[in-house]
Amino acid sequence: MEHVDGNWLAGPLAEFFSFDVTMATARCSGCGTVAELARAMVYRSGAGTVVRCGSCGHVLATLVESEDRAWIGFSGVSAIEVRREPA
Amino acid sequence: MRPGWHVATVAATHRETPNAARLDLDVDGWPGNAAGQHLDVRLTAPDGYSATRSYSIASSGPTMRVVLAVDKLPDGEVSPFLVDEVRAGDMLEVHGPLGAFFVWRPGGAGSGSAGSAGAAGSDRVDARPVQLIAGGSGVVPLYAIAQAHADADDPAPFRLLYSARTPDDVYFADELRALAEASAPFRLDLVYSRRTPDGWPAPAGRITREALEAAVIPAADRPLVYVCGSTGFVERVADWLVGLGHDTRSIRTERYGGT
Repeated sequence: MEHVDGNWLAGPLAEFFSFDVTMATARCSGCGTVAELARAMVYRSGAGTVVRCGSCGHVLATLVESEDRAWIGFSGVSAIEVRREPA
Repeated sequence: MRPGWHVATVAATHRETPNAARLDLDVDGWPGNAAGQHLDVRLTAPDGYSATRSYSIASSGPTMRVVLAVDKLPDGEVSPFLVDEVRAGDMLEVHGPLGAFFVWRPGGAGSGSAGSAGAAGSDRVDARPVQLIAGGSGVVPLYAIAQAHADADDPAPFRLLYSARTPDDVYFADELRALAEASAPFRLDLVYSRRTPDGWPAPAGRITREALEAAVIPAADRPLVYVCGSTGFVERVADWLVGLGHDTRSIRTERYGGT
C-alpha cells in the first residue's frame, strides 16, 4: 500500500490542534523511539488514516473523518512533547 | 503563523514542463510562509463532492503571492484540473501555511531538530552546510529553500542534487541556473533518469548510491540534508545517506507518494 509521511498530517490535524503536530515529538509505545510526527509513515484509505512509527511500524495514531465529526486515536503514543513558541 | 483556509485567485499560469504547470496565486489573508512549507488545495464539485491534495510551495516570505508548481498525475482527481484547466482569474480554496518540519530558515538552519535541548534555535550552527536532494517534482520545496538562501545572501554552503527524467522535465531551470551565479554559495548537480542532454558525461538512469556519494556533501561536514520526492525515491536515498554515515536526525524527508 502506497504511503506518505507525517508532513501530510499538518493540514488534516490543524483543524483540531492549536500547534503544528508535525513538529511535536511522540514516543512510540512499541519501540520507545522518540521522533517528530513528520517522521512517521502515513497510510491513507477510504476508511481512514493510519500513522505508523517510522522505526518499527507500530501503529501510533488513527484518524477517521466524516462530514460532521472526526475520531482521532493515539493508541500507540505514550507521550507527546510540544514546543512552545519562543516568547 | 496559524494555518487557515483562504481564497486564492489565480494570477497567472505557465507551462513549467510538458507535464507540469506553475500557478501564481494571490491568496487573500495569507500570512506568508517559510521556505519548504506546503498547503492543501480543496476543489469542490457542484454536487458537493470535494477532493483535497497537498502541494509544496515554491515561494516563501511575507507576501500574499504564493507560487505552486504542480505535476499532472495520470489518474489524479485534482492535478489534471490544476495543470490543464485552471486559468487566470479562477479561484481556489487553499489551507495553509502547513508544516514546520520540512523547513529551512536563513541563519538558523539547525533549529528545531529533535533531541536537542532547549528552545528552537538553541542548537543553531551558523553556516552549517545544506544538501538538498530532489526527485522529480520533489524539487519544488527545495527550490523555495535554495531561493530563500540566495535572497538572504546566507553564507551556508548549499548543494542541490536533482534527479529529473529528461532535460525538458527540469522545474525552475532558469531560476536554478541563476542561483548558481548568485553570491550565496550554491551548486546544482543534475542527474537524468530517462534521457540526457547531448554530450552529457553520464548515461541516463536511476540515481545510484555511487552517484549520490559523489555529489553530496560528505557526512564528515555534518550537512543538514533535505530529501523530497516520490516515496520510493526518498526511502532509497535516505537509506543510502544513513549508510554513508549521515546522522538520521540531520536528514529531513518529505514523501509525496507514488512508487
